[in-house]
Amino acid sequence: MNRFSYSKPQQVSEALQQLSDTGRFIAGGTNLLDLMKENVARPSQLVDINALPLNKIETTQAGGLRIGALVKNSTVAYHPDVERVYPLLAHAILAGASAQLRNMASTGGNLLQRTRCYYFYDVGTPCNKREPGSGCGALEGQNRIHAILGHSEQCIAVHPSDMCVALAALEATVHVSGPSGNRSIPFADFHRLPGDTPHLDTNLAPDEIITAVELPPRGFAENFAYLKLRDRASYAFALVSVAAGLELNGTSIGAARIALGGVAHKPWRCPEVEAALIGKPATEESYRMAADALLQGAVGFEHNRFKIELARRAIVRALSEAAAGVNAQ
Amino acid sequence: MTIHLEKAVSRVDGPLKVTGRALYAGEFGTADLCTGYVVNSSIAKGRILRIDTTEALKVVGVLDVLTHENRPAVASYNESYTDMDAADGKHFRPLYNDRILYSMQPVALVVAESFEAARYAASLVRVDYESEPPQADLYAQRSEAHKAPTELPPDRGDAEEAWTQAPVKVEAEYHSAAEFHNPMEMHASTVIYSTDGKLTIHDKTQGVQNSAQFISNIFGLPDGDVRVVTPFVGGAFGSGLRPQYQLVLATMAALKLKRSVRVVLSREQMFSFGHRPETLQHLKLACDQDGKLVSTIHEVMGETSSFEDFTEMVVVWSASLYQCPNVRLKYDLVPLDLYTPLDMRAPGAVLGVYALESAMDELSYAAGIDPLELRIRNFTATDPASGNNPYSSKELLECYRQGAERFGWNKRSPQPRSMKEGRQLIGYGMATGVWEAMQNPASAKAVITIDGSVVVSSATADIGTGTYTVMTQIAAECFGLPLEKVTFKLGDSTLPKAPLEGGSFTVSSVGSAVKQACEALQQQLLDQAKQDDQSPFKNFELTDVIFENGTMRIKASPQECIEITELLKQGGSPSMEALASASPKEERDNYTTATHSAVFVEVRVDEDFGTVQISRMVSAIAAGRILSLKPGRNQILGGMVWGIGMALQEEGMLDKKLARWMNHNIAEYHYPVNADIHDLDVIFVKEHDEIVNPLGAKGIGEIGIVGVAAAIANAIYHATGKRIRDLPITLDKVFQS
Repeated sequence: MNRFSYSKPQQVSEALQQLSDTGRFIAGGTNLLDLMKENVARPSQLVDINALPLNKIETTQAGGLRIGALVKNSTVAYHPDVERVYPLLAHAILAGASAQLRNMASTGGNLLQRTRCYYFYDVGTPCNKREPGSGCGALEGQNRIHAILGHSEQCIAVHPSDMCVALAALEATVHVSGPSGNRSIPFADFHRLPGDTPHLDTNLAPDEIITAVELPPRGFAENFAYLKLRDRASYAFALVSVAAGLELNGTSIGAARIALGGVAHKPWRCPEVEAALIGKPATEESYRMAADALLQGAVGFEHNRFKIELARRAIVRALSEAAAGVNAQ
Repeated sequence: MTIHLEKAVSRVDGPLKVTGRALYAGEFGTADLCTGYVVNSSIAKGRILRIDTTEALKVVGVLDVLTHENRPAVASYNESYTDMDAADGKHFRPLYNDRILYSMQPVALVVAESFEAARYAASLVRVDYESEPPQADLYAQRSEAHKAPTELPPDRGDAEEAWTQAPVKVEAEYHSAAEFHNPMEMHASTVIYSTDGKLTIHDKTQGVQNSAQFISNIFGLPDGDVRVVTPFVGGAFGSGLRPQYQLVLATMAALKLKRSVRVVLSREQMFSFGHRPETLQHLKLACDQDGKLVSTIHEVMGETSSFEDFTEMVVVWSASLYQCPNVRLKYDLVPLDLYTPLDMRAPGAVLGVYALESAMDELSYAAGIDPLELRIRNFTATDPASGNNPYSSKELLECYRQGAERFGWNKRSPQPRSMKEGRQLIGYGMATGVWEAMQNPASAKAVITIDGSVVVSSATADIGTGTYTVMTQIAAECFGLPLEKVTFKLGDSTLPKAPLEGGSFTVSSVGSAVKQACEALQQQLLDQAKQDDQSPFKNFELTDVIFENGTMRIKASPQECIEITELLKQGGSPSMEALASASPKEERDNYTTATHSAVFVEVRVDEDFGTVQISRMVSAIAAGRILSLKPGRNQILGGMVWGIGMALQEEGMLDKKLARWMNHNIAEYHYPVNADIHDLDVIFVKEHDEIVNPLGAKGIGEIGIVGVAAAIANAIYHATGKRIRDLPITLDKVFQS
């Protein structure tokens, strides 16, 4: 194994101080350890953050929920407040990975998990994300699980998280700490598109740490759906997923949130499309219009063109289910 | 009446396995054990220009880096590399020279004091290549096809003409993706080096004697110097039928370093050798107005490597499964710059029968005849491919009847898209399955000791199939002993000769030898009794006596009885043993011997998304006597689950430019998880067979998977009206077509 140093600080400030340029924080390790075994990640230092006081779920003054970065995915999914107010988030988390992984994986780590692109994982092949300038193997190679939106010639990888798709739809905020203090990043600005810098997944600076994810009060608990389409019934990443939340005024739409997973380098949202739904009747026709608008400009590759139509249908179904309240308790 | 056979007996090796006391190939060791880690090539074709091991050798704990330039001497003649399951051509030789024949070919072995050091150092080995563009596209290379080196059943009649003239006909092309074995236990070899230069090897294999012979041959070691001991195998499915490269590499390192070495492949490296070949099949079937087949044309194009011709029994079934006067078969191979394909559960049959049974389903709609009825009308009690030999037994019609009844086939509405529940389209599909019931020569030794216990042994394997259990049952049955008094030993190359554990012929071959060895031992015991002139057994033969709880009795007068221990005492030895070899009896030549199945499937399809759920499946199996019900049912269930994987999920994703399998892990190489599996039902149809072997048991390792993919594809057609002729049937193929 790559030789690395290991430390386990007790405080966030300590953790920030200890982290070196070639070091990495480790929490659940469900992704980082895999990457180290595959020789994709080669940190010289692991700063184990599991002792930091970031493992609480608290109600905020604004009436939302603040989830500490170290809270396990399974703890979030089964937390009574999450189940009651943000069932969309619970459903999304439980659609991902396996029970064992969810028991280990942390909230912050989920945000920072890396793509599952075959080429990223195989050091015997080119990948601009893993090794900038080496080329993109997926562009003309195997690209079934790749992006149809927001990709670049440098990279067509997708972000694999389910949880993040729900967090995007719920307009969460990511709280981070760094050497120069604390800041908050709106969820939509947390993950990046690949552009010419596909090696950067997020806008978190290398010397910053996620401390919490905050949910605003609106949870869309009455009318929501998390729909995940994949190659088997469990333990597979999304080909396409949709997190949908609606507020209804009688038969018309009062508010809408739609985020897509499995289609881009980040959870995909179009606030304009959501705004355009307001006041529209809660009908399939409205949903189809929204789906078409969301997927405008989508471009597929040899093995994933089907995702465009699949996403269209998934959006319509998710919004229909949300409107019907089929998932509400 | 039996006491053990045909009963639901729990696995005799179960407690060892679930308590972790069963040791697998990569778990043996010695105090001085070192570990090898394989470096695989990043290119698929070309030459190694230079291997720089400087940095790797600097890692603390690294002992050596073996390459083609510094490995120990190995045989150069091709004959030395043959194995019991070899394909035509040149067996792959790891670290033989600078040539790269496929992507992820092993190019170096880093040996270190620890696994961690070896793996890290392996990442530091730098290899410079001269690369040539590889060819890995089956479709693009079609023109390079050549005839497969195998004998096919002769053509019958004029199939083309009959097809042209027939009133009802179909023609279709089917494609299936490459599949990987992915046994739970990765391939591993632990070579224990003893100071006298002898090797004890724990190798993940389906044939310990195959591995031992292979290593003796290529390293020029006397036969007695190599012993292979593998008591447990964590699944193999054919991947252990041929010695794999980690065995050769571990042996090289042990011989060079004169130390014990272990090499375990990573999950990724499990994709660096054999697989089920990608296959293209072209089918033409025709029948008359009554549904009687008049023409069968089956042409197959399978993938092979540049160095071997991999052949399997893929088209032969189309000549024998149904009565048809005009048949033409063709089987070609397309060499690609990939590793040679490798037998995988029901090799050939799963592919050939998938295409045949899909085409039969298409024909049923063309003829307007129920798919099950069409098969019944074309049933044949004799084997047309072998000059209409009778079958030794063939209860296929009972499989159809019992399977259909259990499944509720009569509730099927004939029209596609006619069954619905909410958003879900429901479809019923079925298919026939078939596999050969083979027997190979095998030997076994039976020993009875003064405490009344029996030990039987043979150099076979238990790859999770239940060999330990069923052989114990056979021997315990012979001696009328409780199972606890009988031990079966396997997985040691010094034990009596056994064939590879594969092809569903282990019970038939080794089981027959076990029975014969027990009977030979019983004969000796009877002979011992007869030494005494006053013995009541004096005028009796073996068929007149029974063995029961440590005694021998005369059937006609059971009060005449002698303790076995008494007989041993009389013989003056604490134990008595007998060795027997069983071979297929000549009578078999006049018959075709095969297992059959009827598979019924219910699918539920969400047409918007193309997602398919296999909500119910019934498999009715005719395989002679089922000697061990629990492992037996287990085998069939495993086959059914794998059939679901083959039909819906499994696909080696090849980057054709790189000639490299890209989804080389079990997160992205999908096979079914629990959530995919619903109601599976197995029926063992009674089948009496006195020809196939003395046990009347045919073997069931393969039959469970055959036909499943066709039944699923047929059910999807029935549900949706969409005929998808390309496996796996992923959701995109369903919702887009």
